[in-house]
Amino acid sequence: MTLLLLQFLTGLTNAMFLFLVASGLSLIFGVTRIINFAHGSFFMLGAYMAASLAAVLPGGAGGYYLGLLLASLAVALLGGLVELLLLRRIYRSAPLYQLLLTFALVLVMADAVRLFWGPENRLGPPPPGLSGSLPILDQQFPTYDLAILLLGPSVAAGLWWLLYRTRWGILIRAATADREMVGALGVKESWLFTGVFVLGSWLAGLAGALQMPRQALTTVLDSTVIAEAFVVVVVGGMGSPFGALLGAVLIGLLQAFGILWLPREFHMVIVFLLMAIVLIFRPWGLLGRPLQSDRGEGGWVPETSRWAGNPGWAAGGIALLLLLLPPLLPTFFVWLLVEILAFALFAASLQLLIGSGGMISFGHAAYFGLGAYGAALWMQQGGLPMPVAFLLGPLAALGAALIFGLFCVRLSGVYFAMLTLAFAQIAYAVVHQWYDLTGGDNGLLGVWPASALATPLRYYYLALLAGGIGLAFLGRVTDSPFGVTLRATRDHARRCEALGVNVRAHQLLAFSVAGLCAGLGGTIFVFLKGGAFPDYLGIPVSVESLAMVLLGGMQSLWGAPVGAALYLFLDTVITRSTGYWQAALGGILILLVLSFPRGVGGWLAGKTSREGSPDG
Amino acid sequence: MADELLLEARGLCKAFGGVRAVDGLCLHLARGEVRALIGPNGAGKTTLFNLLTGQLVCDNGLILFQGERISGLPPHRIWRKGISRTFQITAAFQSLSVLENVQVALLSRDRATHRMLATARRLGQEEAVRQLARVGLADQAERPCFVLSYGDLKRLELAVALANRPVLLLLDEPTAGMAPQERSALMALVSRIVAEEGLTVLFTEHDMDVVFAAAHRITVIHQGRTLAEGTPEAIRGNARVQEIYLGGGGG
Amino acid sequence: MLRMRGKALAVVGAVLLLAAGLLVFWLAQRRVERSIRIGEINTYSGIAAGFTLPYRQAIEMALDEVNAAGGLLGRKVEVLFRDDNGNPADAIRHAQDLVANERVDLLAGTFLSNVGLAVSDFARQQKVLFVASEPLTEAITWSKGNQYTFRVRPNTHSQGRMLAERAARLPQKKWAVIGPNYEYGRRAWETFWERLKALKPEVQVVGEHWPTLSKIEPAGYVTALLAQQPEAIYVALFGSDWITFAREASKRGLFQRAALVGILLGEPEYMDPLKLEAPEGMLVTGYPWYDISTPAHEAFVANFQKRTGKPPVNGSLVGYVTSLSIFEALRKAKSTNTDRLIAALEGLTVQTPIGPITFRPFDHQSTMGAWVGSTKRDAARGVGIMVNWEYVPGEKVLPDEAEVNKLRQAGR
Repeated sequence: MTLLLLQFLTGLTNAMFLFLVASGLSLIFGVTRIINFAHGSFFMLGAYMAASLAAVLPGGAGGYYLGLLLASLAVALLGGLVELLLLRRIYRSAPLYQLLLTFALVLVMADAVRLFWGPENRLGPPPPGLSGSLPILDQQFPTYDLAILLLGPSVAAGLWWLLYRTRWGILIRAATADREMVGALGVKESWLFTGVFVLGSWLAGLAGALQMPRQALTTVLDSTVIAEAFVVVVVGGMGSPFGALLGAVLIGLLQAFGILWLPREFHMVIVFLLMAIVLIFRPWGLLGRPLQSDRGEGGWVPETSRWAGNPGWAAGGIALLLLLLPPLLPTFFVWLLVEILAFALFAASLQLLIGSGGMISFGHAAYFGLGAYGAALWMQQGGLPMPVAFLLGPLAALGAALIFGLFCVRLSGVYFAMLTLAFAQIAYAVVHQWYDLTGGDNGLLGVWPASALATPLRYYYLALLAGGIGLAFLGRVTDSPFGVTLRATRDHARRCEALGVNVRAHQLLAFSVAGLCAGLGGTIFVFLKGGAFPDYLGIPVSVESLAMVLLGGMQSLWGAPVGAALYLFLDTVITRSTGYWQAALGGILILLVLSFPRGVGGWLAGKTSREGSPDG
Repeated sequence: MADELLLEARGLCKAFGGVRAVDGLCLHLARGEVRALIGPNGAGKTTLFNLLTGQLVCDNGLILFQGERISGLPPHRIWRKGISRTFQITAAFQSLSVLENVQVALLSRDRATHRMLATARRLGQEEAVRQLARVGLADQAERPCFVLSYGDLKRLELAVALANRPVLLLLDEPTAGMAPQERSALMALVSRIVAEEGLTVLFTEHDMDVVFAAAHRITVIHQGRTLAEGTPEAIRGNARVQEIYLGGGGG
Repeated sequence: MLRMRGKALAVVGAVLLLAAGLLVFWLAQRRVERSIRIGEINTYSGIAAGFTLPYRQAIEMALDEVNAAGGLLGRKVEVLFRDDNGNPADAIRHAQDLVANERVDLLAGTFLSNVGLAVSDFARQQKVLFVASEPLTEAITWSKGNQYTFRVRPNTHSQGRMLAERAARLPQKKWAVIGPNYEYGRRAWETFWERLKALKPEVQVVGEHWPTLSKIEPAGYVTALLAQQPEAIYVALFGSDWITFAREASKRGLFQRAALVGILLGEPEYMDPLKLEAPEGMLVTGYPWYDISTPAHEAFVANFQKRTGKPPVNGSLVGYVTSLSIFEALRKAKSTNTDRLIAALEGLTVQTPIGPITFRPFDHQSTMGAWVGSTKRDAARGVGIMVNWEYVPGEKVLPDEAEVNKLRQAGR
């Protein structure tokens, strides 16, 4: 009994932090439609600044708690600056470019924290007056946690007052429900955006500052919090702060009791399992409302852009170079080219989903990784020769794409993205925990090409053949009746179904093709690296593939390989020359996004797209 | 010719939340007739269209088409049975060319939309051009459709909707947002094609001149129910319609 | 039209710039062919960043020392550091770069077990020597061991076993465990428990907890542990998870109710951030640098402090010992040839600040040991320290050749 009560209180306490982070994320998404990856970084900054300020400000307890408040306000200010100086410049591009920008900010801020505070783990000073605990039944409950349990609901009440009792709040809610309405009300949209960004960042900073006395400070705090915050927001319903409260309480309690009752294998995915189940049964989250729109989830779909065809001579020239040049290159560049080929195919498959299908996947790495594991397992557990394993590897990805896709295509917009993320995390957890089959977190080793293909150059030509076939297939699909129909479903799904097109079946087919090709990319990759590891299925790889597609531009299938080559080249050059590669890479990405707001490919394609855009 | 029953809807109901958009509505369409559906804003016209095409599923009621039950079928199956539609807000595929817009419909008719290894450009091109020629868009076939004028978009929609030679054509405000001259030109085009092909048409329209000029019969709906039905002359003379609709500011 | 031409110019310009960059890059490689080059791959960002910085500083110190003394084989020694971002695929790319491009003579480093294993397998494939410094997994020298891989640090098995020997003397019988949901956590517990059970068959497990790495929500685990009422708790938590857990556990009185045994938790990396909140009386493996009073070790501490302004941590010791081992192998081999380096390392005894260690020829594991002791708060220094410690050399806890062969057979 005591256990249940305490676990309940513990779950609620954690829920309060989740709520603070998630409500900020939800508000920002609701009004600006930005998926703010940097929200976790704001949380981390809040925690670090709070620890420093609380330690140096005079005045005992007063100074300490003033420090927490000041830290959260500093984060709010930073959020406002980010909106004013960076995001504002690219509101006219597709919403995904804002996402790429926030991803770049995550990299920059992680290194900024490492540079400023140092890489070592830290523990903030304990909270004066609240560092002890109170006896509850026969156990101790920390007084600080009790204070949080009181503070959380008051912040929620304050938010409620702000949203429902002030003019500004009414505007926020109106903007969340319907973007166009704000313009109609004669409000300066840009100030609403800045304001909501400041408020959202403040909530993240506040959560970080308040969490500081309970949690060690590390440079990975950002990533520990952001994924769960997204889950909370989605489970509750995007854009609904009270959905965020409900989602936070659900997840807080689920985690607290999951520790007690669920087997270990479930712990690392429990929140993603919950998200998957909620989205399968309630495709708009628990308190979210389905939007009656022909154009997906509240405008959060890629721009409907004119598809730039295949630049024949350029592709031919590059193919010729790829065929003839490598024997002249130093070995490392041959290896690097194989890696680029693997990612080019992987990114191009995502391109088919996003560019042609309008389906934004946040979990595409699952199919890349499963292609890698598929090949490794056929070879090691199945005892098949390497070339056969190479051919069969992508089938594992295809199978997973068929099954996961079946559920995903019932959703659209950001909910589709989140369900793909949930499935990817589930796949990640399976390969991470199934020690007997997959080797768990140590991965599968010794996955090298057969001896006849083992030299870098020979394997390169195999990769070129496979990657070339994959890319040509994707190019063919894009220009095929299926490709045209897929773009039609993206442009107007309801028009399409009223023309006898089974929209979901086509989306599922596209999802499977993309999964298969991503899997082939993974298969190429696994024999380059000699092993399969759970990281291949992780969130960072999914985000990287998105970054590649966006860097290249969504207008043409050829954007993705360009983006992949550019990203990997930058990454390789930067990581080998500086320890602060995250800051350098992030900085360059920011510059690229600001200079090429439609991607490098979009810029090269020139006037074929945006002009006279239909969204106008 | 006007006696064969083509479509029958019985006791259709559809509610959104607490609002009953369609509430026990009945509708009978005879083969070959051109029927106008009128009613004030929010009367349930678009909801009825969505129910007929399967894009909404009715809470209650039954829809029979050529004697066959179609309520509950998904939209793509209903389309194959011969019901085609246009949308109130133009719904072209913005990133495709004018020609490709028609091609999608033809590909769908030929069940070729899943083919991945053929080249779309070669499939059904001649037929698509012919379809475009019928609505006077042949010279614009290669243009991206987002550069089209509003009137041309409406024609394109018509071409797309006609591509599978439907039995029943649903037009949701075919002339909304057009200049008066363009309207009569478009309706003349519709009338000509309808006559050529012997189509049955159900259309909604705000412009009463268009309605009374084009419709064989008129159904008036109000608050999700049928208020009156009859020839244009009968409707014009109906006191309740006058009171609730024509007189009530809908005009 | 003008815009198109501008773009074409820009593209051509970018390509030329790239080509020029590659050329410079390529020529730069040719330049310093004369120094001995060691490629060092490690996790310098992300979850291990706090551990690897002092490690790297110690390597740089050893490097400066050896070069000040004239280098080795008449050549300067150079270390190329690369950040693997905690990711095996990135580590392999660096390894490829280091081997093919930078033409290093050997690879060294790694922190995370899966990265260590990935690089070890790459070394086998490419026939390059790899001296693994930090990774703890047993597999790297046993079940997945190979001819080209050597490992310096005492592995999970050794450290778990040392703790079990001491823990068997404790009166407590009801045990619980908390560790990360990783191979490291599982093996740290299994090796400890197998040995403890053998020494003291009456022990029993009352609870097992496996929080996700770096995502621990400590309060729930503390409550659950309190409810299970273990008499002793085995803690294998990593990095920040341990620090977060420790504060929560002490607030809720867990440390007063159960004896604690912590693998690695006596290392300064784990103790120092807790300052005086470190639990007392916990049985740990660690590194009591403040108490090891041989002249060689005191010199090491003094030099490190002078250089970095901070005392060494366990990672610094491992980095330094790894460097010395590599240097010694080079001296003995009188060559940078991989086969001769391997021959030199097999059975090589290296004099280190903590005494001699030997690389066992049959499994390539060094006999570097660890310190077992219990914790105490040191008010003067403001941190927790280890007391009543003993140094357990590797020889005492490592399995013999026959056992290793069995493990290697099973791993095939």
